[in-house]
Amino acid sequence: MTNAADSGRIAKRFATLKAAGRGGFVTFLTAGDPDHETFEKILLGLPDAGADLIELGMPFSDPMADGPAIQAASLRALGAGANMGRTLELVKSFRAQDDDTPIILMGYYNPIYSYGVDTFLTDAREAGVDGLIVVDLPPEEDDELCVPALKAGLNFIRLATPTTDDERLPTVLQNTSGFVYYVSVLGITGTKAVASAEVERAVARLQRHTALPIAVGFGIRTAETVRDIAMIADAAVVGSAIVDCIANNLDEEGRPSDGLVDKVHDYVRELSSGLRS
Amino acid sequence: MKQANTYREGPDEAGHFGIFGGRFVAETLMPLILAVETAYEAASADSSFQVELDDYLKNYAGRPSPLYFARRLTDHFGGAKIYFKRDELNHTGSHKINNTLGQILLARRMKKTRIIAETGAGQHGVATATVCALFDLPCVVYMGATDIERQQPNVFRMKLLGAEVVPVTSGTGTLKDAMNEALRDWVANVESTFYIIGTAAGPHPYPAMVRDFQSVIGREARAQMMEAEGRLPDSLVACIGGGSNAIGLFHPFLDDPSVRMFGVEAAGHGIEIGEHAASLTGGRPGVLHGNRTYLLQNDDGQILDAHSISAGLDYPGIGPEHSWLHESGRVDYVSATDAQALEAFQLCSLKEGIIPALEPSHALGYVSTIAPDLPKDHIICMNMCGRGDKDIFTVAKALGTTI
Repeated sequence: MTNAADSGRIAKRFATLKAAGRGGFVTFLTAGDPDHETFEKILLGLPDAGADLIELGMPFSDPMADGPAIQAASLRALGAGANMGRTLELVKSFRAQDDDTPIILMGYYNPIYSYGVDTFLTDAREAGVDGLIVVDLPPEEDDELCVPALKAGLNFIRLATPTTDDERLPTVLQNTSGFVYYVSVLGITGTKAVASAEVERAVARLQRHTALPIAVGFGIRTAETVRDIAMIADAAVVGSAIVDCIANNLDEEGRPSDGLVDKVHDYVRELSSGLRS
Repeated sequence: MKQANTYREGPDEAGHFGIFGGRFVAETLMPLILAVETAYEAASADSSFQVELDDYLKNYAGRPSPLYFARRLTDHFGGAKIYFKRDELNHTGSHKINNTLGQILLARRMKKTRIIAETGAGQHGVATATVCALFDLPCVVYMGATDIERQQPNVFRMKLLGAEVVPVTSGTGTLKDAMNEALRDWVANVESTFYIIGTAAGPHPYPAMVRDFQSVIGREARAQMMEAEGRLPDSLVACIGGGSNAIGLFHPFLDDPSVRMFGVEAAGHGIEIGEHAASLTGGRPGVLHGNRTYLLQNDDGQILDAHSISAGLDYPGIGPEHSWLHESGRVDYVSATDAQALEAFQLCSLKEGIIPALEPSHALGYVSTIAPDLPKDHIICMNMCGRGDKDIFTVAKALGTTI
């Protein structure tokens, strides 16, 4: 069986960025954080604030590869009634106004497995999802979701890490499409700072193995680092720092304070500012 | 479909028992998981590894553990003949030392310089801290804040043994959250660190490796039963959280069709009211902590909190081989409530002079429901996998007594 054509949005976006001579900015936020309505407003304003690609975290009760910021975001979203169906609704509502910005769903396998792999792939594609990043599905488990996703016309974006050596890279890259996500630190999200010299070496190493665009994430928290990383790689990803911005604008009962949405957009604008000067 | 002629061949090369098991971990860990597999295969094929392990099991842990005929409980129930496999007599007070000795010898072969572990009741934490003291390796144990509260004696024990005990407050602060946190540590320290998983679960090769280290229980029980009774037991009974003591007892008997097996899950306040830890009875297949197995989860695939009076059984999953044995029908998975376990805890103390841990009290709670109706020549072998000293505060509280 051959693969269905994907939406083309990811490839097109990276081509546009290349033509513009700049690196891309990827935002990560957990879908439904702090609640569905507030999140929808945040999501709809992200492209205008400078997001070139959007990663949407699928909330999970046990995010083993995430640090405290994204763990808390998952619990906030779930507490406010988030689930897979509502995450897909958010994508649909985004697509109604933006048909160009790629959306990548990121998370863990169990909520997808529970939803049903085939139904999930159909619904995700229909909602306007362009790609998937599933942290706990290494290439050894490709038959689970990766291969079916490619057949269904969704990109399957793989994480490469500092422990993925030259011998293993071809295995990791084999069924990867869209772009490669390089995890720049050994560890969980939002905990350590990246060292750009190491990232430069790692990106060069990846480029020897693949022609796909390379995005770098984990540990990027400032506009300056975004600019530095986006000069080395094709895009820089910021997650925990933006998620923290939501956490810092909640009242004692966890309700969004006035102006939270604008504050998140301002912060995203600031983070991406070095890319458009 | 061809009938399987053995239940003892699994897992396959990719770590699957039927559809269960596998390697569902982040890429950062994957190269190390593969290295653990290679190292374990090499160790298994190296007789000097087994010789060294056997020496520690005998002279340090005190194996073999006795097989004991529980005469007064047998008389009390008035039916089946009840034997206890006395793994509570091992050094550190439970079966956990069988596994930690095996894994730390492997960690040393792999030249790892730091050990981490998760613990629920603290028995695995103590057994890990013990072998780390023995081999002079730094040890960090992740333990849920709720469990720290209810297992203070074991927390102090781990500290005396030189381990750092890290309280985990995420989630409900129990075993599942401790395992999440241990995995987070491992991802960040993958080059130096060996993760000694305490039960027969997690990514391949852990379920098979832990089972192999724990199978010493069943191998001994088999030989001891032949000596005592001249035949195999009719029923095996063991409690199940992740299921390492149960798979250790069951595995050497899986291909003996005359031997029935009962795995006893924790029914907590009752399965029908939803506050329990019985993954097979009340859950469905899902993916968590590196493997596909039965999990307590909601309709959206979010993992639910387990409940049991026993911290060691308070886990929403179960080892993948048990999920497979459940679906294949080879083992019967049943359950016992908090109340049944508490009653068995007291009964065993009074009748046999053995204070059992709350975990095997669940096994005994189930035995108490079947033994009276079984014939007197029916032989039950129950794994007394831990002693109850650690639980006296929990039990006192449940009974409304102040110590």
